[in-house]
Amino acid sequence: MISKISLAFSQCKKENRPALLTYTVAGDNTKKKSLEILNAIAPHVDILEIGIPHNTPVADGGQIQTSAYRAIKNGIKVKDIFQIVQQFKKNSLNKPVILMGYYNIIFQQGEKSFLKHCKRSGVDGLIVVDLPWPENKNFASKCKKQSINFIQLLSPTTSDIRMKKIIKESHDMVYYISMLSTTGGTLKVSAKEILKNYNKIKKINPKQNVVIGFGITEKTISSLTDADGLVVGSALCKAISNALSRGTNPVRMAENMVKKLRSKII
Amino acid sequence: MLKLKKGVLLIDQHDKNYMYGGKFGGNFIPETLKKPIEDLTNLFGKLRYDNNFIKERDYYFKNYVGAPTPFIKLENLTKYLGGAQVYAKVVSKANGGAHKIYNAVVHALICKRAGKKYIVGDTGAGYAGKMLSMAAKKFGLKCKIFMGAKDIKRQKPNCEAMRKNGAEIVPVYSGSQTLVDAVSECMRYWVSNCDTTHMAVGSTVGPNIFIKICAWSTAQISRELIVQFKEEFGGVPKKLKLINCVGGGSSAAGFWNEFIDYNKSQVELIGVEAGGPKNSKLHAAPLTFGSKIGILHGAAQYVIQDKDGQIGKTSSISAGLDYPGISPLHCFLKDTKRARYTSASDEESLQAYKLVSELEDLSPSLEPSHAFAEAIKITPKLSKDTVICVNSCGDAKKDRAIITKRLGFFR
Repeated sequence: MISKISLAFSQCKKENRPALLTYTVAGDNTKKKSLEILNAIAPHVDILEIGIPHNTPVADGGQIQTSAYRAIKNGIKVKDIFQIVQQFKKNSLNKPVILMGYYNIIFQQGEKSFLKHCKRSGVDGLIVVDLPWPENKNFASKCKKQSINFIQLLSPTTSDIRMKKIIKESHDMVYYISMLSTTGGTLKVSAKEILKNYNKIKKINPKQNVVIGFGITEKTISSLTDADGLVVGSALCKAISNALSRGTNPVRMAENMVKKLRSKII
Repeated sequence: MLKLKKGVLLIDQHDKNYMYGGKFGGNFIPETLKKPIEDLTNLFGKLRYDNNFIKERDYYFKNYVGAPTPFIKLENLTKYLGGAQVYAKVVSKANGGAHKIYNAVVHALICKRAGKKYIVGDTGAGYAGKMLSMAAKKFGLKCKIFMGAKDIKRQKPNCEAMRKNGAEIVPVYSGSQTLVDAVSECMRYWVSNCDTTHMAVGSTVGPNIFIKICAWSTAQISRELIVQFKEEFGGVPKKLKLINCVGGGSSAAGFWNEFIDYNKSQVELIGVEAGGPKNSKLHAAPLTFGSKIGILHGAAQYVIQDKDGQIGKTSSISAGLDYPGISPLHCFLKDTKRARYTSASDEESLQAYKLVSELEDLSPSLEPSHAFAEAIKITPKLSKDTVICVNSCGDAKKDRAIITKRLGFFR
């Protein structure tokens, strides 16, 4: 069966545009609010990444850290995250949802039990930031058996040989990290340079769906529209933080930003 | 039960996934760090067998660190306690005042060999940071130190030293503002700058290669001790107990390295974790209080955490021990039952400082004061032919403010 993630990419290709992927943190700033945000942005987004907040996130910059700490402080638990996905899927069954987080959360729950909950709530894919290839082989194949996409990450430091091996074992999507940075850094390399690496990946497997993330904002997104997909995370988290500190509505703020982002890639 | 291999260095007893006993350690790292860590692993893999590098290391250990550090009998303490003979390995006499100098020097030498000009590190008590700043100055490297804002406040003298050595201290305001957050922030910085910058993790924690480099460096302590035992007793005593505080576990790993293969009925290894304030539920002792295995800073280890896997709060009077995890090496030593782990509370450690500094010409920092607390507890119960050796791995100067506040004096 073709995955919802693959279907989303085919649809975008038909429309001759990159897929728009967003990342927001589950429970930011509350369980209810984060679900409202997902519901509000979903119509304008092709794939939703939902962050599982962690309190020692070694690969995340300030914006996502702020969102994650806020969600944890407001009491979000792993079981709530699956409920959020389940609730979201009630209205948007076909919208792919990817959970993104750190391995300890999965490890504590137990891989098997975690995947069971993913399956039950309707999660389509997983990104595990600190479980690189080949350490992730075992878990990735467990995901595959459950028809859950395990999404491999590639970065500017990934060697060519390694890249080939990873792509060979990847599922329906790979995630290219645009630069040496934690999430939310200022884009410090040119779009040309990023696309050069991106094309190297595409050359290895032209059929593979490759998305670019890290440093993508309203300002930078239009320079990278050649990609199969673009992920915006920190910019959204920042918008939510700004809305909260100003006392305005974070749901509207996020929705408006996503609309703007979308207008820049079609 | 897990088993240790004889004749193989503890740091090398991992499988192909860099796991000790199949359970501890590994490299749980973002993709971006795979390559720099592989490069560093290859480089160190060569250097540790390179005679020129070893010569260089030994030269600086002798002429810059001041090896060997003294091994002394604490005669008054022995008389006072009655029972075993109490000795100290006064590692705090090393240049800079603590064992962190060994790791710092080796990292600076590696950084130079890697052709990098920038070096970054984390610090809790400030010793790892101070020593890295010293080594950076010595070898002409630009240095940045990540330190929790809470630790900057409580370990001022070491911060002053870092600044004097020309290092930039980056205060970390996230989370608990202590060592755990400093390590996270330092790793984040490395993710963004791994092409130009060398990272030195300050203890035997983090991705495998950092555990290896650190324990390989501090192993100097036990190499010296073996020689000093020979001079004092004609060999390794028949009943010996080596007591060391453990936070991340770098000084204990070095203090015990040469003794792992000895039968534990001859050489008992005792690790003392930070038990925290007497009437608090908070502590920094994951081994003593049975924390579950989790992933922290790239390695699987026993770590204080909640059911979901969020890293838990810790509390200790000692900034250097105030860490929710513990080196995978110590997890492995615990599960193989080669070492025994216990804890001392803030108050017991302060009392130990008081007694040791009163009776001896020694002023151990709050970290080794935890080890002395255990020595004081068990010495009276042991026979006169038992030798207890405490690693006095840090000097109390950095703790002047805390000790004065709690005890009303400082020695």
